[in-house]
Amino acid sequence: MTLTRFNRELTVLEADVLELGAMVDRQIDRAMRALVDRDIPLARAVIRDDGELNRARFHLDNVCLSLLAQNAPYAGDLRLILAVLGIVTELERAGDHAEGIGRIVVLIAGAPPAAPLDELAEMARRARRMLSDALDAFARRDPELAYRVGRDDDGVDALYDRAYRTLVDAMIARPSAVEGCTRLLWVSHNLERIADRSTNIAERVVFLVSGTLPQMNVSSH
Amino acid sequence: MTQPHIDTPATPHWRPLSRSRASAATQGAVGAETDEITDAAIEAKEISLWYGSAQAIGDITLKIERHRVTALIGPSGCGKSTFLRCMNRMNDLIPSVRMTGELFLDDQNILDQSVDPVELRRVVGMVFQKPNPFPKSVYDNVAFGARINGYKGNYDELVQHALERAALWDEVKDKLHTSGLALSGGQQQRLCIARALAVNPQVILMDEPCSALDPIATQRIEDLMRELAEDYTIVVVTHNMQQAARVSDRTAFMLAREDRVGRLVEYGLTEQIFTAPRDQRTEAYITGRFG
Ligand SMILES: Nc1ncnc2c1ncn2[C@@H]1O[C@H](COP(=O)(O)OP(=O)(O)OP(=O)(O)O)[C@@H](O)[C@H]1O
Ligand SMILES: [Mg+2]
Repeated sequence: MTLTRFNRELTVLEADVLELGAMVDRQIDRAMRALVDRDIPLARAVIRDDGELNRARFHLDNVCLSLLAQNAPYAGDLRLILAVLGIVTELERAGDHAEGIGRIVVLIAGAPPAAPLDELAEMARRARRMLSDALDAFARRDPELAYRVGRDDDGVDALYDRAYRTLVDAMIARPSAVEGCTRLLWVSHNLERIADRSTNIAERVVFLVSGTLPQMNVSSH
Repeated sequence: MTQPHIDTPATPHWRPLSRSRASAATQGAVGAETDEITDAAIEAKEISLWYGSAQAIGDITLKIERHRVTALIGPSGCGKSTFLRCMNRMNDLIPSVRMTGELFLDDQNILDQSVDPVELRRVVGMVFQKPNPFPKSVYDNVAFGARINGYKGNYDELVQHALERAALWDEVKDKLHTSGLALSGGQQQRLCIARALAVNPQVILMDEPCSALDPIATQRIEDLMRELAEDYTIVVVTHNMQQAARVSDRTAFMLAREDRVGRLVEYGLTEQIFTAPRDQRTEAYITGRFG
């Protein structure tokens, strides 16, 4: 089996996708840390670094475009490039949600949190786990793991419902907490969306392996 | 309030350890579309062929769908041309050829000795890699087969109609009586297609019909193949993956292993073969990783 230039470029592309995934994961981690530690400079760094993510995503889009145009790939090669085009879009959006959390932190970190952050932290932990599993499934071409990501999304949805209840209850109990709680609600929404994006990535992995795009994301949100 | 713990791995743990292409297998469910053929123009059943003592193809069983384009692909020497020639018994012309199996054209086994190969070749026409017009006028090239068959109708109409179907009429209508050899390569190939069409065939076999043509001439032939498939059944051998992907409805992938016997590895809708082949060897071939 000869490794052509095209094969090598595909290998590099794959590694770049995983790199982008690592950047997104780091953004989510830092955004949540900024929330918990009330660390405004860190939140600003998250917002600033989103630009780098966007640039990386456009770069990969262009790489895919020229790989398609130059090689007219078929079968597994074609599916890889199509999967990557989908995955990088999802990653970039997941990065936007991390940035969104960073922006909320800048708004609210001057005061102590309006409600306990446990449920949000648990949502973040699970969403990051889903993202890492989805990328792992991509790297290993593992549809079983991809389907597990789809199932894990239900858990995050349930947590989202719970966080929603908690925050609404806190607002009812303490009208002065309405503004802070509303912001935290946005945080939970961003986390829920990150889990959805991870599920979408997992769908692309199943497509990459099988040639069929499954519909995993039947989230209630 | 408990401090939420957010762990950060120093390096992301999903970094791939190995990127073996072999593990990128196309396992699991593939596209849902059914690929059953209900209306077959040709049905091959366990066709094997020997040149002398050397077996060239083994146990090929497949149906060719009527009024569709079917592509035969595979590495050089896997027996594509041999199998194509079985369909109009062109191999009969080679001494020492021996065949087993059955090949049905509609309901008739064309390998039956009672079948007249000359009549068969009228019904199952052939276009070759290198355009091979006769050293005669354009007109006579097209009328040739009909004359042999003792056609009694209007030859001018017949010639015009065949040239029109072959998308050549406009280019040659003013030079019908110049030599076919004076045409460009692409025109010569369309002349050969017109010659095949003039005897009113059902099936047209094409063995690498564009390999001697430039991209524009190639595209014209490809367009023509799609048009002709409305009324004829077309089987095309090609080494050009993009051509197979562009023009055919179904694709058959053949391969000869160490025993040098060409066999059918995978046969399916072209869309499936080129997006999600089921067999590793098909995948390797169409992605250029072997052959
Ligand atoms: N007339 C012949 N006499 C003897 N052996 C032949 C003859 N024609 C073909 N063969 C052998 O049969 C095998 C299949 O040849 P065939 O021409 O059918 O392959 P192919 O798939 O069309 O190859 P290519 O893509 O190079 O045209 C080869 O091993 C070839 O050497
Ligand atoms: Mg051949």
